[in-house]
Amino acid sequence: MGIVEIDNIAYEYIRRDEEGNVEGIVRAVDGVSLDIKRGEFISILGGNGSGKSTLAKQINAILYPCEGSVYVDGKDTSVEENVWDVRQAAGMIFQNPDNQIIGSIVEEDVGFGPENMGIPTPEIIERVNEALKTLRMYDYRKHSPNRLSGGQKQRVAIAGVVAMHPKCIIMDEPTAMLDPMGRKEVIRAARALNDVEKVTIILITHYMEETIYSDRIIVMDKGKVVMSGDPKEIFSRIDELKRLRLGVPQATELAYELKRRGVRLGSGILSGKELVTQICRSYATM
Amino acid sequence: MMRDITIGQYYQTESVLHRLDPRVKITGTFIFIISLFVAKNITSYAVATAFLTAVILLSRIPFSFIVRGMKAVVIILFITVVFNLFLTPGITFVSFWRFKITYEGLKTAGYTAVRLTYLILGSSIMTLTTTPNNLTDGLESLMKPLKVFRIPVHEIAMMMSIALRFIPILMEETDKIMKAQLSRGADFESGGIIKRSRALIPLLVPLFVSAFRRANDLAMAMEARCYHGGEGRTKMKPLVYRSSDFTAYIVLCLYFALVITAQRVGML
Repeated sequence: MGIVEIDNIAYEYIRRDEEGNVEGIVRAVDGVSLDIKRGEFISILGGNGSGKSTLAKQINAILYPCEGSVYVDGKDTSVEENVWDVRQAAGMIFQNPDNQIIGSIVEEDVGFGPENMGIPTPEIIERVNEALKTLRMYDYRKHSPNRLSGGQKQRVAIAGVVAMHPKCIIMDEPTAMLDPMGRKEVIRAARALNDVEKVTIILITHYMEETIYSDRIIVMDKGKVVMSGDPKEIFSRIDELKRLRLGVPQATELAYELKRRGVRLGSGILSGKELVTQICRSYATM
Repeated sequence: MMRDITIGQYYQTESVLHRLDPRVKITGTFIFIISLFVAKNITSYAVATAFLTAVILLSRIPFSFIVRGMKAVVIILFITVVFNLFLTPGITFVSFWRFKITYEGLKTAGYTAVRLTYLILGSSIMTLTTTPNNLTDGLESLMKPLKVFRIPVHEIAMMMSIALRFIPILMEETDKIMKAQLSRGADFESGGIIKRSRALIPLLVPLFVSAFRRANDLAMAMEARCYHGGEGRTKMKPLVYRSSDFTAYIVLCLYFALVITAQRVGML
């Protein structure tokens, strides 16, 4: 049984005019089914309005599906009593680093989750220190979050979730507001958590190069899952990706164009390094 | 520069006062303020002066730094003194043109000036030696009994600490919006008071919109981290009284008793 099971869910935003009459219904998520295994690193890709964020919020019981059901760690999210268990099991990271840090000192912010869970004081301190060390933010524990860089703030936010000992972390475009350095920091932290701590990661993003290390990529469009597979498989379907207006990693795109013009290359090239070795090999055999 | 702003101006240094429990400091400030209103003669004021001097010395904060906080209230101080000086009826001391200064006026004006100055010095010592977080923690713990009257003590303290956290962020945002509007030709500086306050609208509206958006995000982030009010919540850094705190309480009681006796037996 997977850590997150999504069974044919739909979510509708209902637009109303000033008198409260229904003006229109937007089906943000439409018939999505997903089964996420323990320890998996999953990326959900999609353009604006593809429903990827709405899907993420269902896993954390911030939103409930209108149809279908979501199970996190075997618990139905739409059952009232399960809410706190679900939120503890599936932590969530949001886009804006400033708007999710509650404490005015780094370590106090990391302690916020465990405090809410009613964990005794000595254990909170232990968990906070451990989480800060995992995210390599321990040296900043006494700092004010206002003075940290975007990437550091986002790592503090991740530490805050890690201190709650979740089984799964959902990251809703955690890098959208960061500079390239900060993006690298955050993605590296997410991969380390997945590799070392075996935490299931669900990364939601529209930067395709962030997804190349994931076990599985799910591409969404207009509330539906349109593609699903491992990175090599997804990135070899460049035409489809382009139709969905998703930016393909530069190396992949270059390989694609070269191949179209007759250079013999394998499909699904993800990184510059891989491209270079393939080109060298292709010319060596010529 | 805007990032460095702290409300209440905490002064970082090592001292006995800094290490005291915030609850002691809050209660102490209250006792000190009450004592200032109990005191009405020179002897009792001498006791208060001695106490305040001792506290200032203990805090290890440079006196010039403490006095800096007085600047904001100089005008209020001046007005109260002037009114007391000229408007108190009694035996005339000097009179010129339409004004006369009475002996009683002189006395009340003097006392009011001292009282106000001490009041401000006393409370700024509290804010200078306590971090804002400690202060809200202390307030939450002291107000706990009010829960009986259904006052949401935990929520109030949480709101205060969130407000403190967001002050620098909103300051920065104000700065950003101001620059954006200036670059589009907004004019915040010229004209009279009405024109200038009207010029603030394009600054305030976007600021409010963004503040609400932030509040919405923050609420969601708090819920996602299992926040469900004060019930069943533990503290990472609970307030614990130490022996020095009890000593401080005893000193406070002694001080208050001394002021009352000085007021009874003292002269003037």
